[in-house]
Amino acid sequence: MHERIREKLSILADAAKYDVSCSSSGSNRKNTNKGLGDATGMGICHSYTEDGRCVSLLKILLTNHCIFDCAYCVSRKSNDIKRAAFTVEEVVDLTINFYRRNYIEGLFLSSGIFKDADTTMERLVRVAKKLRLEQRFNGYIHLKTIPGASDELMKEAGLYADRLSVNLELPTEAGLKLLAPEKNRTDMIKPMDFVKNTIISLKDERKVIRSTPKFAPAGQSTQMIIGATPESDFQIIQTADSFYKAFSLKRVYYSGYVPVLEDARLPSLASQVPMLRENRLYQADWLMRFYGFNANEIVNEQTPDLDLEVDPKLAWALRNLAVFPLDINTADLEMILRVPGIGVKSAYKIVAARRYAHLGWENLKKLGISLNRARYFIVCKGNILEKKDHSAQTIRQMILGTSSSKFAHLNSVQYSLFE
Amino acid sequence: MTYLEYDTSFEGLLTAIFEVYDRRLTEAHIRKSGYASPPLFTEIVVVKTDEQKAERVWKRLHDLFGPKGMRTLWKAWLSEDETIEDLILGTVRYGLELKKNVLSDFGNIHVIHLQQFVKSVGREKHRMEAFVRFQLTKDDLYYAVIEPDFNVLPLIAPHFESRYADQRWLIFDAKRKYGIYYNLDKTEFVDFTPNEMLHHNMPVADALGERETLYQDLWNDYFTNVNIPSRKNIRLHTQHVPKRYWKYLTEKTPRL
Repeated sequence: MHERIREKLSILADAAKYDVSCSSSGSNRKNTNKGLGDATGMGICHSYTEDGRCVSLLKILLTNHCIFDCAYCVSRKSNDIKRAAFTVEEVVDLTINFYRRNYIEGLFLSSGIFKDADTTMERLVRVAKKLRLEQRFNGYIHLKTIPGASDELMKEAGLYADRLSVNLELPTEAGLKLLAPEKNRTDMIKPMDFVKNTIISLKDERKVIRSTPKFAPAGQSTQMIIGATPESDFQIIQTADSFYKAFSLKRVYYSGYVPVLEDARLPSLASQVPMLRENRLYQADWLMRFYGFNANEIVNEQTPDLDLEVDPKLAWALRNLAVFPLDINTADLEMILRVPGIGVKSAYKIVAARRYAHLGWENLKKLGISLNRARYFIVCKGNILEKKDHSAQTIRQMILGTSSSKFAHLNSVQYSLFE
Repeated sequence: MTYLEYDTSFEGLLTAIFEVYDRRLTEAHIRKSGYASPPLFTEIVVVKTDEQKAERVWKRLHDLFGPKGMRTLWKAWLSEDETIEDLILGTVRYGLELKKNVLSDFGNIHVIHLQQFVKSVGREKHRMEAFVRFQLTKDDLYYAVIEPDFNVLPLIAPHFESRYADQRWLIFDAKRKYGIYYNLDKTEFVDFTPNEMLHHNMPVADALGERETLYQDLWNDYFTNVNIPSRKNIRLHTQHVPKRYWKYLTEKTPRL
C-alpha cells in the first residue's frame, strides 16, 4: 500500500517537473474560522532542488495517461513509460499532510488528458473543491486549465483555485503545428479570455455586492518551451508581451527545452538545455514588468536575439549611450531604473536617501549598487570615476573583464541549433 | 567614554537610552550585560530596567519614527549583534537631532548599517517560515526544531498562528533554548521542550505518530523526483539552502 503510493508520487512528480511555474504569491485568501492555511501576500519557497529551482507547491500530474502525442512531452502517447493515476482522495491527502508539515504552500495540479478535455478538467476541479469545502483548506491552489474545457468548468475552477494557467506550449502557432498538431491555439486562448473577463466582471460586481465570491485571485499565467523550435527571441518576447497585454497575465514562464525524446523534429538528445538563453529571457521579462521597458526596446527586427554575453539591460544601455551619464542626485526614478547595476529596490532607496543629502560613490556602494557596472553610466557627488568617453565596445569589454558570469562554463558550448 | 550595561531585554535597552539622555552622555556605548568586557579605564553604568523610563522613551521615539519605525528598531535589535545597541543609539540621536524620521536616510552611516541588520533579520525570518519542518508526534503535536542565525521566533509566530490555526504546534529554538507553542487558542513562549521528544536537539523516532515516517518518505520521494538532473546547479542550490540549515530539513537528511 505504502509502496504503491510512493511509486505513484515518483512517477507523477517526475512527469510534472517540466512545468516551471512555482509561484505561490499574489493571492489574498485568508484563514477564516480557524481552518487550515492561508495564501496572503508573499509566496514562500520551502526548498530548492539540486538544479536550483524553488519548491513551493506540490506539483504533480493527476495522471500521465494522455491521448495526445505532442513531440516535446515526456508523457506523450507513443512514449513507452510507466503510467499511473492518483485518485482524488490521494491528492487531497498528500496536499493536506504536506501542508500541515510546512513542506509546501499548496498544490499545483495538472494532468495528462486521459479522455476528453471536460472529463479531465472536471477531475482537477473536484480535487480543488474537496480541499476547499471538505478540508477547509485556504492554502494556494494552482490548476492547469485543459485546453478546450467548457466555460462552466472554468467558472467552477476559478471559484476554488487561486491561479489558473493554460500553457501556450510553443511561442508561435507554426511551432505548435509542427510539434503538437493535435492542439491549436484557439482552444488555449478561449479559456484565457474567459478567465480574464470573469475576473473583470466579478470585480465590478464586488463593488456593488460585497459577498461576490473570489475568482482566481492570483490571476492567470502561461508557459512556453524555448529552444525546441527555431523562433527568435524577438518572436518570443513579442508573444509574451502581447499575452501580458491581451489577457492581463501575471506571469509568462519560459522553459528551456530539456531533451527527453528522440524525434526528427526536435533538437537531439545530446543537446544542451538552453539555460543561459532562458535566463536572458527572464531578465528581459523582468525589464518589461518592473523596469518600465517596452518589448521593442529589448529586442527588435534589427537585433532579434538577446545578447548572451551581457544582460539585456546592459545591452540596452550600450545601444543608447547618448542617454547617459545620469546624475544620480537629480535623475527621475524611471531613468535610474535603467542604469545597469541598479535594481528596483536600490533605485527606490536612492530616491529616498537623496532627499536628505546628496549621495556620493561611497553611499551608493553601501546601498548595494554594483558600481563596476553603474560607474560608466552615472555621475554623483564627488569625483567622476570615468573621465574618458568610452565607446560601447570598450565599456562592454571592461565590464566583462571585471565580472565572471555564472554561466561562463556554458558560453563556450552553447550555440544555436538552427544556425 | 561610558559603557551602559543592560539586562538584554528591549525595555532594558530603552531604559539605557533614557540614561544616556538623562546623564547627558556624549560618548556612550550600550552593551548587553555578560557580553565581552569593555576596554580599560571606561566608566561602566549598570542600567536597572525601569518600565516608566522605558515607556517614556518608547513614546518619544514612537512619535518620531511611527509604529513602522519602531518595528524597524526592534527587528534590528533581534539580530543580537554586539554593536546593534550603538547603531540604534546612533540612529535615535540622529533622528532626535533632526527631529525627523530618518530611517530612510540611507546616506547616514548609522541608518544604513542598522537597515542592513533589518534586512538580514528579515531574510532569516522569511527563511524560517520556509524551513520549519513539523513532525507529527503521537500526542498530535506538530513539532519542529530550528537554529536560526537571529532571534526570529517572535517575528514568525504570527505567520504560523494564522496559517496553522487548527493544529497544535511547537517550534523550538535549540540555540536560544526557548520555543513558541500554539495551543489552538493562542501562542505562548515556552522555555522547555518535553525531554522524551528530544535527543541532541533532534526529535526521537519513538515519539512520532504512526504515519509520520510515511509522509517524510513521500516528501523525500517528491523532492528527489522534481529535480531535473540535466539542469544540475549545486552552487545555486546551496546558495538558496545553505548547509547550516540542512540538519533540520527533512529532505536534506536521509532517514535512517
